[in-house]
Amino acid sequence: MKDSAVLEMRGICKFFPGVRALENVDFTLREGEIHALMGENGAGKSTLIKVLTGVYPKDGGDVTLSGQPVHIKSPQDAQNKGIATVYQEITLCPNLTVAENMYIGRTSGPFTNWNKINSSAGKLLDELGIPALPTEQLGNCSIAIQQMVAIARAVDMDCKVLILDEPTSSLDEQEVQKLFNLMRDLKAKGVGIIFVTHFLEQVYEVCDRITVLRDGKLVGEYVIEDLPRVQLVSKMLGKDFDDMAEIKNDADIEKIDYNGVPVYQAINLTGTTGIKPFDFEIHKGEVNGFTGLLGSGRSESVRAIFGADRVAGGTVKIDGKEVKIRKPLDAMKHGISYLPEDRKLDGIVGDLSVRDNIILALQVMKGFFKPFSRAQAEKFADEYIKLLSIKTASQDTPIKSLSGGNQQKVILARWLLANPQYLILDEPTRGIDVGTKVEIQKLVLKLASEGKSITFISSEIDEMIRTCSRLVVMRDGKVVGELKGDDLNQNKIMATIAGGESK
Amino acid sequence: MSVNTNALGSNKLKRRASLTDTNLLLIITIAVFIVMYICAVLFLKKGFTKPQMFFNILNENASLLVLSCGMTLVMITGGIDISVGQVTSLVCMACAVHLEKNGGNVFTSILLALGIGLAFGIVQGFLVAYMEFQPFIVTLAGLFFAKGMTTIVCSDRVPVTYEPFVKLCRTEITIPFLGSVNKKGIYVPAYVEVGVIVALIVVVVLFCLLRWTKLGRNFYAVGGNNQSANMLGINVKLTKFLAHVLCGLCAGIGGYLFFLHACSGSPLHAQGAEMNAIASSIIGGTLLSGGVGNIAGTLFGVLSLSTIKMIVTSLGLEDAWWTNITVGVMLCIFLLVQSVILARKNNKK
Repeated sequence: MKDSAVLEMRGICKFFPGVRALENVDFTLREGEIHALMGENGAGKSTLIKVLTGVYPKDGGDVTLSGQPVHIKSPQDAQNKGIATVYQEITLCPNLTVAENMYIGRTSGPFTNWNKINSSAGKLLDELGIPALPTEQLGNCSIAIQQMVAIARAVDMDCKVLILDEPTSSLDEQEVQKLFNLMRDLKAKGVGIIFVTHFLEQVYEVCDRITVLRDGKLVGEYVIEDLPRVQLVSKMLGKDFDDMAEIKNDADIEKIDYNGVPVYQAINLTGTTGIKPFDFEIHKGEVNGFTGLLGSGRSESVRAIFGADRVAGGTVKIDGKEVKIRKPLDAMKHGISYLPEDRKLDGIVGDLSVRDNIILALQVMKGFFKPFSRAQAEKFADEYIKLLSIKTASQDTPIKSLSGGNQQKVILARWLLANPQYLILDEPTRGIDVGTKVEIQKLVLKLASEGKSITFISSEIDEMIRTCSRLVVMRDGKVVGELKGDDLNQNKIMATIAGGESK
Repeated sequence: MSVNTNALGSNKLKRRASLTDTNLLLIITIAVFIVMYICAVLFLKKGFTKPQMFFNILNENASLLVLSCGMTLVMITGGIDISVGQVTSLVCMACAVHLEKNGGNVFTSILLALGIGLAFGIVQGFLVAYMEFQPFIVTLAGLFFAKGMTTIVCSDRVPVTYEPFVKLCRTEITIPFLGSVNKKGIYVPAYVEVGVIVALIVVVVLFCLLRWTKLGRNFYAVGGNNQSANMLGINVKLTKFLAHVLCGLCAGIGGYLFFLHACSGSPLHAQGAEMNAIASSIIGGTLLSGGVGNIAGTLFGVLSLSTIKMIVTSLGLEDAWWTNITVGVMLCIFLLVQSVILARKNNKK
């Protein structure tokens, strides 16, 4: 590792109305290193990156690039100065072709040379092993491929600094490895890489250095060998970390009456989104999980339960009585709530305030012609902002200006307010930090002990083991197993997902 | 949304890229136009068998064609410009008064027309792009402003008698081999007006602009997702601004072509032309949501719209409401066809 700094940020400040997003943050990136930027949600990672890439103007501090003081005015300016970025949300244009997305905004001359961009894009895609055609419309590709295209675009730029803001959240294990190989290649070429992720394993796998932020302030910069995981986590949280493995209370689980009438029971439920008919039931006070690989149909199954996608057939019983659930409102009226996987797409209403977002579901159930009084709404919002410790400047703040984890909590508050009997949480902890994750897991268990039934979906198996008392395993759109009690361990789950009986 | 990433590695690279939305919609538009025209030729006969009928459609709609092209540019960036009809009216009136009362010549009247169009484009573009006002509202204001200005310039119809201009209006460019023999047995060659040539040049220029220039591709990127476009290093504000300026320029050119065809100025000229332009763009496969569209499609959109009108007229349903009702129904059917085909395509993936 060479020691010359390619990028230095000194005393960076950034204020948003009512929030100090960054306060005197220093950050140094050396040539040929992979530097992890860690912190809880709302710690200021994304803000720091957006300041660096010129999306937000900074309110104070200096940026030096290869020893030269620079002022970055816009994302285009950042690109020209050799800072390439891959954002967490895909920031490409779905209506353009793959090749165009890779080259738009960075070719010289006023004309587009289609032959040239298509052939060089094709070459690059082949090199990186991305199965996409240059002339294909980007919107027709899967999310993972879109993300890879974004990375290909960034890699192809002759950059000094490459920023990867949670690039792995939509990639599977194989693709992550591909990305890591790519990162190591670039590192060998002397590119400085800033890597933002929530996956601790990934940090320890590829990174050389870690900078930790908390509440918009710098906690410190560490060489990776000097900072074991536990310490990293406690630095991120700013407190000692309580043992995450032991949050599940066995006494609660034993109380579940498996012989009673299930709160929700589906027989031969058939969806239209490529899942096989399945039976499913959940009892009072139970936390159950759906697991399986990405694309195994776990989300599709719960969407069928909630009526979010069209249901083709099957019987549904609630408390033993047969009911019809055709659309989400039916499900809500029967006390089922669903927290969707993609909060940007299905969950938040960005321009509405935190308060409005919280009371939304309850309002829908009550009917739009009987609005809540202002005082009532404020009371609800206050209660849940406190209960879930949502970090927001006020109730009136538009939800889009909150950080990801806090947005997730607001949506959770929305469904809790509706007081459901059966709550479905689809990847509630995706893209949020360890501290909030544990908070949400604890909350799930607390709700269950109060007698609610919960379905919890996560792609992290240890998280599922910690929270669920029963796991439904899916593969290729089919339920392939159900695990509970002593069977709930990593090996057994893996074996069931992989298929075949484990011994 | 879960994505099946397992199949990713084994995917064959040899498969053909599926059509982009823009191209798919273009094909639909062209197909519909051809089918409609063939039906008209087969069942209505009357004038439709003569090539001149087709050229008349062009003669009548050269102005609309240019306006629609400008509209398409703005719509691709995700905006809209509803002022173009009234700007056309203003251009006609201003040029007529300029030629008749102020002793101007043809050249200065052209400059005047382009100047008015550009001025509207620049002001509206600035308000939309840099002040971030809603394009609909900004151009609605432009519409009222232009309407008022037209009446201020002159509140009556002004026929043009200025000799060189009238000559230009009457110029017919004959097209070899496509004439027909009239009732008296005399061969009448097919012709187009000067305006049609200008309009077709505009179409070709803008088509190339959208297809092969960076600016053109930036229009698509901005319309597809303007935040992403910003992150990709595109100057979103400048791009939107230029789209409006070009649209304004088209309104100036389109206005002059209308003037050339009508040979007069009147506050009643080009009423509702902006709506026809929007309809043509949409029929031509431009999505109101932005990011998808094509100038070639717009050309066929204008032709389809005009052919519908021509068919209605030749059926003897002269009244204006029949035309409007037919256009309304056609527009709905078109949107339905488009959305069904797009949905089917997206389901397949």
